[in-house]
Amino acid sequence: MSNAALNHSTVPRKLRRSRAARARLAADSGFVVIISIVMAFLYVPIAILVIFSFNDNRSLTWPPSGFTLNWYEKLFNNDQLLVAIGNSFYVAGCSTALTLLVGVPAAMALHRYRFPGKTVFRRLLLLPIALPGIVTGISMLNMFKMFGFNLSLETVIVGHATALLAVVVTQVFARLQRLPKSLAEASSDLGANPFQTFIHVTLPNIRTALLGAGLLSFVLSFDEIPVTFFLTGRDNTLPMYIYSTMRRGVTPEINAVGTLIVFTSLILITISVVFTARDWTGRK
Amino acid sequence: MSGIIELRNISKHFGSVIGIDHVDLSVEDGEFLTLLGPSGCGKSTLLRMIGGFEEPTTGSIFLSGQDVTDLPPQKRDVNMMFQDYALFPHMTVGQNIAYGLKMKGVGKADALQKAKAALELVGLPDKIDQMPHQMSGGQRQRIALARAIVREPKVLLLDEPLSALDANLREQMQVELKHIHDKLGITFIMVTHDQREALVMSDRVIVMERGRIAQDGSPQDLYEHPKTTYVANFIGTTNFMPARITARNGIETHLEIAGQSLLARYDRVPDTENIQIGIRPEKAHILDAESTTKSNVLVGRVAEHIYHGSSLRTTIKLTDGIEFHIDAMLPLGMARADVSGIGAEVRIGIEPENVFLFEREG
Repeated sequence: MSNAALNHSTVPRKLRRSRAARARLAADSGFVVIISIVMAFLYVPIAILVIFSFNDNRSLTWPPSGFTLNWYEKLFNNDQLLVAIGNSFYVAGCSTALTLLVGVPAAMALHRYRFPGKTVFRRLLLLPIALPGIVTGISMLNMFKMFGFNLSLETVIVGHATALLAVVVTQVFARLQRLPKSLAEASSDLGANPFQTFIHVTLPNIRTALLGAGLLSFVLSFDEIPVTFFLTGRDNTLPMYIYSTMRRGVTPEINAVGTLIVFTSLILITISVVFTARDWTGRK
Repeated sequence: MSGIIELRNISKHFGSVIGIDHVDLSVEDGEFLTLLGPSGCGKSTLLRMIGGFEEPTTGSIFLSGQDVTDLPPQKRDVNMMFQDYALFPHMTVGQNIAYGLKMKGVGKADALQKAKAALELVGLPDKIDQMPHQMSGGQRQRIALARAIVREPKVLLLDEPLSALDANLREQMQVELKHIHDKLGITFIMVTHDQREALVMSDRVIVMERGRIAQDGSPQDLYEHPKTTYVANFIGTTNFMPARITARNGIETHLEIAGQSLLARYDRVPDTENIQIGIRPEKAHILDAESTTKSNVLVGRVAEHIYHGSSLRTTIKLTDGIEFHIDAMLPLGMARADVSGIGAEVRIGIEPENVFLFEREG
C-alpha cells in the first residue's frame, strides 16, 4: 500500500482507498506480465519439445497433426541410442560418486585445518569450474596420451570428476562453514572419535548439501559435451549421440529422449526438494 | 597433588599473543569453581584446555592424578556444557542425551533409563521425543546440562552456561544449577563474565586478568578483601580515591584524602606513601545531622540522588571534586523528602574495616 497516499489526510477516505487499490492492481498485473514472460522464455521451448515428441508427423510444423507413441517405441528399439543412454548414466553416476569421494574430504580439510598454502589450494580446487571445458578436455587428453592410457568411458569419468570437483567442494564447504564448530566438539566431548563424529554428527548435517551437489554434478555430467568429446574412445554418451544425429536434423525420436530426460529431472528435483523439506530444522 | 584437576605452569600463545600466562591452579574434588573475567582474559581458553579442545603451549594438566595434557576430548573423563548448547539438531532430545552413553557402549535399555533420569533431574521428564528446535532457550539449556551429566563425568565444565537466557530465567537457573551441583557432588568449573553469577553460585572464584590469575578466593573473600583495584572494580562497585599514608601502626593506617583524615584497618598495606583507596557504596552512610561523632568522617556536599527502587544512590562531592557514591537501602515508607537536599553539606561515616588499600597504578 502506498504510504504517500495514506498520509494525505485531506483526501477523502474512500477516494484514498480506491486510489491505493488501483495502484496496487496496476502493480500486480505488471508483475504478473513480467513473470509470465520470464516463465514463457524458460518453459515454452520445453513444452514444444514435449508436444512434438507425441506428434505423428516427422516435420516440426505447427500445429501438431496428431497423437502417437510411435517415437517412443522407436526409441526403445534403437540400440545405439539405448547404449548411449546407458553410457551416460554410467559416466554421470561414476563421476558423481568419484567427485563426492574426493570433494567431501577436500572440503572438510579446507574447513577444519589450517595449513600453509590453504588459500592457493582452495583457488586451485575452484579453478576447473572457470576453465572452458575445451581446455580441460585438451589438457586431460594430452595427459592421458602421455601416460599411455587408452581413451574410454573411464577417462571421461576422470575428466568429468575433475571438472565437477569445484561444485562439490564449494557446496559442501559452504555448508560446513554454517555448521557450528561446537557440534563436532560436543560429539568428541561425549566420547566419539573423529570417525564417529563424522558419521553421527557431521554427515547428517551436511546431507542435504551432499544431495544437492550430487544431483547437480550428475546433471552437469549427464549433458556434458566438450570434455567428453576429447576424452571418449569409441563409446558415445547421450549428448554426443544426439549431436551426431543432428546432421540429419532434429528427429522426433530426439524429442522423445528430451521429454524423458525432462521428466527424469523433474523426479530427481522432487526427490531433492522432499529431502530438503524434511530437514529437521525446518529451515534451509 | 590433591586436587581433581591440577594445572601446572600452563601457558598458551596464539601466534605472538599470549592468551594464558603461566597459570597454576588446583581444583578440589566436588567444588564449584568459577573462572571470572572480561572477554579476552583467557578464562574460556583455560576451560577449553581442561576439556581438551585447546592444547597448552607449555605446562601440564592432570585429571585425578593422571596426565591428560595430550589426550583428546573423547578420552577425558570430563564433560562440557557449551555456550551455544551444541545440541545435535538432527537428533531427538532423548538421542542427544543418550549419545554419550552410546559412545561409551552402554546398552540401549540402560541408556534410555539413564537419559530419562537425567531429564528428570533437569525438570523436563516429558520431552524425550521432541526435537531441539521445538524447545525454548531455557529448555535447551537444561537438555545440554542433562547430556553433559548423564555420563557421570568427574568434572563438569560450563562455558558461560546462562549467558543466552533472559534475566529472570538466569537468576532462577543460577540457583537450580547450584542445587544440581550439590545433588551430584561432582566438580563444576564454570566460566562467566558476570560477577553476580560468580558470587551467587561459586564456592571459589578465580578472577582472571590478561591471561593471569588476579585473585583466587571465596566469593566473600573477593568482595570483602580485593587485592587490586582491578578486582575491586570487576566485582561489585567501588569508590576509588587517591590518598596519602600519614602514619602506619600495624594494620591501622592513617590516611589523608583531599585534606581530610581517615583511619583504615585493612590487612594489606602498600609500601608506598601515595596509594589508592576503595570504599564500597553500601559500606558508607550519611550521618544524621545531630550525630556528633568526629572519627572517620568525610565531609562533602550532596550532588545528586538516583532512585534504584530498593535502594537510593547518593552522589556526594568531596572538597576537591572527588565524587563519592553511597547506596542506602530504602526503608519501608521512606519519603523522598527525607533525604538531604541537593547542595546540603553532609558527613559520611566510614568504618575503618571498610576501607580497601591498593597500590596506585600507573
